This record gives sequence, structure tokens and C-alpha cells, in this order.
Amino acid sequence: MNVIYSLALQLKNSLRDLLPVVLVIGFFQLIVIRQPLPDTLALLDLALGLLYVVIGLTLFIKGLELGLFPLGENLARAFVQKGSVTWLLLFAFALGFGSTVAEPALIAVAARAGVVVSQSGLIENSSLAQSSFAFTLRMIVALSVGTAVVVGVLRIFKGWPLHLMIIAGYVIVMLLTLLAPAELVGIAYDAGGVTTSTITVPLVTALGVGLASAIKGRNPMLDGFGLIAFASVMPIIFVLLFGIFGLGLVAEGAS
Amino acid sequence: MLATFWDTLRDIFPIVAIIFGFQYLVIRKPIKHFLKVAIGFLMVWVGLSFFLMGLEQALFPMGELMASQLTSPDFLPAIAEGAHRHWSDYYWVYIFAFTIGASTTIAEPSLIAVSIKAGEISGGTINPFTLRLAVALGMAFGITLGAWRIVMGLPLQWFVLGAYCLVIVQTLRSPKSIIPLAFDSGGVTTSTITVPIIAALGLGLASSIPGRSALMDGFGMIALACLFPIITVMGYAQIAQWRSNRPSNTEPFLVTSATKPHQGDTNAL
Repeated sequence: MNVIYSLALQLKNSLRDLLPVVLVIGFFQLIVIRQPLPDTLALLDLALGLLYVVIGLTLFIKGLELGLFPLGENLARAFVQKGSVTWLLLFAFALGFGSTVAEPALIAVAARAGVVVSQSGLIENSSLAQSSFAFTLRMIVALSVGTAVVVGVLRIFKGWPLHLMIIAGYVIVMLLTLLAPAELVGIAYDAGGVTTSTITVPLVTALGVGLASAIKGRNPMLDGFGLIAFASVMPIIFVLLFGIFGLGLVAEGAS
Repeated sequence: MLATFWDTLRDIFPIVAIIFGFQYLVIRKPIKHFLKVAIGFLMVWVGLSFFLMGLEQALFPMGELMASQLTSPDFLPAIAEGAHRHWSDYYWVYIFAFTIGASTTIAEPSLIAVSIKAGEISGGTINPFTLRLAVALGMAFGITLGAWRIVMGLPLQWFVLGAYCLVIVQTLRSPKSIIPLAFDSGGVTTSTITVPIIAALGLGLASSIPGRSALMDGFGMIALACLFPIITVMGYAQIAQWRSNRPSNTEPFLVTSATKPHQGDTNAL
């Protein structure tokens, strides 16, 4: 069976992704730290958790390859051929937004951020306030990635130079950092790295490469990748803006 | 367990609605192999739920355990009563951060694919393995610097803004065709498994080192881990360009048909 074989292949890849982490931590535990595990952590639970990670990652990536990726790529091609700029931009925004909402690394890190922010007293210390902060954060990041993809698509149309726009993005980040509350700076900077991961990168790159190959005078290599660069700067800008304008509202709403 | 499955259903709902909505309402074509696609989405749902459960049960606790064990007073060298601890006492933390960064990156499949492609485009001036090494070293250095920053309690923005200035200067001086690749290499390094481990390590360090707070100091490792590969890749490209230009003074580095007009190298004209 083809499916079983490719699942096994993906299982091997997931194991290879996890292996360095397990080896390095195992080495440090056995050779450097040489202490028993604390009572709260059972080795069996950890092993089971790692098994969940491997199975989960395997099913997730294989499922993306079966369903979401081919469908997303087909749609991207269809919208490029359709020739309507409005629909293309709308689709670009929706694609960036939707794929970021489902991004596993962002779900995990946003949940942690919610816990940390509520423990420090910035918002109410309840699980409801935590999950509503995590949800707000993810929505803001998703909106920012949607916007980033729209800007990136416009750039491919107009042929604006990528490096100048990235530099402009960096300058905006620097200026906003001066204004934003210090508590949110770390979360904002990390949000940029978290978004460019499993789902978003392949879908968004497919859109960029498809668009760049359809427009005369654009280089897929040069223009296709630009979208990802925007998708990692825009979340920082949006989360910093949220820190400046929106954090007070969330804190009030929670208390 | 049921709660996780319910939550992830909510997480993947938007992308499913968007894809099917655009497919049926705007493009108006039926989906080929509908059963295959449906099975794919089902696998995404189950897989994401299992992955997130495993994350909470294994990866996050392991990262936090490493952070708290490597910074516990029993493990660190003894100091005099009431004395301040020197940052170099935490040397195992830096070694751990560096090792985890380098080892998760060097064998990353997407990085291997990208570096082989870059080697082909460059016509031999870029060595794929050296490029991988550059990305892995950049990532490892970024995480180590992030760990050191948490130990010292220095503001994250100094490091990020400093790195931005370096990236900007390098962007203006690097061969144009390496720039997208360099920016991409920053994203490639932060895989779905690496990000939670690094996040847990940072938060764990910030909550177990005296005087640090998880909120103010715990974040930022992922940001630095994404920035430094950009710097090392562009640095490597600059060195490779300089070395290939010096002996022969003929063809500049990495010329593709699209980049030729932009090339600042007057030797090429």
C-alpha cells in the first residue's frame, strides 16, 4: 500500500526530528546532571508523551500532504489564473490567517504566554483569562500574517524591492519597541519566529512561487520566498501595537 | 483528552472553512479525490491533537526540567554565603543551549534540501554542507546568547535591535540572490519540535534563576534563534563571494538572469 509506505516514511522523519532532542537531553541527564527525576515526572509519562508527539506529528504532516497542501496549491494557481487582483488579495489574506490559526507551535507558545502573563498579574489569574489572552494573541498574529501575505503579494505585482521593505519593517519594529510596554516585547519578538512553521510556510510559499512564475519578469526563487520574510516581521509589529493600544482593554475586560 | 480534540477542531476550522469556501463559492469547481482530502483533514485533526497532548506531557516538562536542574544550587559550583553568582557559573546552561540548537538544526530535512538548492544556484561557490553548518552555528549561537541574556537579565531589545542593524548592513552588501535564502534560513530552523523545547528552556531559566521573571526575561530565545542564521548565512555568502572574486576577478558570485541587472559588482559589467 502506497499510503502505509509513505506514512512509515513520515514516521521515520518525525523520529529523526525528535531524536537529537532526546539524545541531547538523555546525555545531559545521564552524564552531566546525574540526578533522579523529580516525583512529579514519571519516565513512563514522558515516554508516552514523546510517543504522542511522534504519532501526532506524523499524522499531522501526512494529513497536510494529502488534503490541505494540494488543495491550497490548486486554489493558489486558480486565483493567479483568474486574474482578479481583489479576489487574489482576499484569498492571500484568508490563507495567511487560516494557516496561522492552526499552527501547532503558535498554539503551544501562546498558551504558555497566557499562563506567564496571568501569573505576573498583568491579567486576571484564572484559566479563563489565560485562554482568552492566548486566543487574542493568536488572532492578532494570524491577522498579521494575513496582512503580511497581502503586502508580499502586492510587492510581487509591483516589483517593490524586498530588502528595502524588510529594512523598513525592522525600523518600524525598533520604533514601536520604544513605545510598547516592556512586558510584551519578548512575546512580540518570539511571535515572529513561531509563525513561520509547519503549515504556513508551504502554503504561503506555494502562493508566492505560483504568482512569481505567472507574472512576467519575476523570479520565483527571489520573489517566492519574500512572503515568508514578511510573515516573520509583521507579527512583531502587530503584537507590539497590541501592547501599546490593546493590552489595557484586555486587562480591564478581565478584571 | 476530549477537551484537546474539541479545541483543535476549533483551531483547524478556519483553514478548512477558507479552503472549502473559496473552492466552492469562488472558484466553483468540485474537489478531485474528495475522499482522500477528507481523510487528510481528519489526520490533521487527530495528529494535531496528539501532538499538542504530547507537547504538554513530554516536551514542555523536559525543557523546564533541564532549565531547573541546570540552575539548581545543588548542581552549580558552591559559592560563599550571600555572594553574587557570576554568569560563568552557569556554563552547563550555555553548553546545553548550544548543543540543542546545533543538533536539531544540522540534520533538519528542509534545511538539507534548501542548502543543496543553494549550492546548485551558486555554481559551486556555496558548499551545501558549509551552508548547513553556517545555519546550525547561527541557530546555536542565537540560543546560547538568549540563555546568557536571561542569566544576565539584560533587555532583549538591545540584542534584537543590534542583530537587526547587522542584518540591515549585511543585506545592503550581500549578493542579491542570497538574501531570500538567508531570510528563509531563519524560518527553517524553528521546527515544530524545536520551538516548544526552546520556549520551555527560556521560561524555565527565567523562573529558576534568582531575580529573573518569566514574563520579562523568559521570552526572546526563539527570536534570537531566528535572527542569527540570517547573519551567518549572509556572512558566509560574503566570504564566499570575496574568495571567488579575489583570484580570478571574473564572474561574480551567484549571477542568475534575474539578478544580473541589480548586481552592484562593476567587474561584471
